Amino acid sequence: MAKRAAPEVNAGSMADIAFLLLIFFLVTTDIAVDSGLNRKLPPKQEDIVDPPIIKERNIFQLSVNKNNDLFLKTGGEEKTIRLTNLRKEAIAFLDNGGGLDKDACKICRGNKNPKSSDNFQKAIISLQNDRLTKYATYIAVQNEIIAAYNELRNREFKRMYPNTGINYVQANAAYKDPQTSPGDKAKLKEKLEVIKQLIPQKFSEAEPKKN
Amino acid sequence: MSKFKKKKDGGLPPISTASLPDIVFMLLFFFMVATVIKEDNLMVENKLPSADQIEKLDKKNPISYIYIGKPSRNYQDTYGTADRIQLNDKYATPEAVKPFLASERAALREELIPRLTIAMKVDSDAKMGILSDVKQVLRDENALKINYTTRKGDAVSKN
Repeated sequence: MAKRAAPEVNAGSMADIAFLLLIFFLVTTDIAVDSGLNRKLPPKQEDIVDPPIIKERNIFQLSVNKNNDLFLKTGGEEKTIRLTNLRKEAIAFLDNGGGLDKDACKICRGNKNPKSSDNFQKAIISLQNDRLTKYATYIAVQNEIIAAYNELRNREFKRMYPNTGINYVQANAAYKDPQTSPGDKAKLKEKLEVIKQLIPQKFSEAEPKKN
Repeated sequence: MSKFKKKKDGGLPPISTASLPDIVFMLLFFFMVATVIKEDNLMVENKLPSADQIEKLDKKNPISYIYIGKPSRNYQDTYGTADRIQLNDKYATPEAVKPFLASERAALREELIPRLTIAMKVDSDAKMGILSDVKQVLRDENALKINYTTRKGDAVSKN
């Protein structure tokens, strides 16, 4: 008996089916942006408590007006600054280490200006923005301040744990990475906590000015 | 008559489309892998700002999205061009964030409620006023974990 070849399946409409699926996915999905600046809001205050007394030299007072200009009051001077200089100014302020005796900062490498911050624990960055400030500017300011903290934390992380070969930001990313094993995570967490204690992010946002 | 037929000349041979499905499937798989199903239909303009100190949003924790921006082009005739908040699929006032949060929390298991992150997707041209109002409501409602969703890029030069 003659061997009959199996008839070929017509695959001509396969492309149509695939296109249909493709278009369905194009319409119902979007490319996700799942990264951003993580922040924590201060908890609601029930009753008005007396504000703690903070020395003026320990505050890095930053305000952004409705024209997105930055005004900085710190270290005994008041000036307008450019966004590009903000990171440098913030680091200079945080790293100043002007404290004496029990407020002395052993790890600060700043120029010990007595009119600027005492140490990392005391230094506070305060930000006030106008209701008409543009969001992009606000994010840029936030970004620069986080960058200043990260830069100092990186430095201290490298100083304290030189044999890990990574810096604070990388350690934090590894800690958040679900592929890191629980054992490594616990070790990383311990180190991260030490650095966070050493250089706490003391960043306060005032309620915006009403116009 | 002749044993060998003369080859027909003229007329191009048809182009084979047999590999077309392969190409389309490749595209399809790319889109399936690189994208996620839309959370909400955007009704506001949402050009996110960029920043470089970003962290990945933790997908293990529940996330709720709040969008702020000008109404998109096709809604501007009805709703004007002032910044608006979008919750789920409709415009809302800052006060409406409170019931929105309540319903988001009601849908979660109890132990996850304190870990709820609010992702703020705010248009880079939006003004801070409306965002401050939302933040105030979030503070009052004790939803303190927030994330300003941004793209990766240089934050300073674009200003």
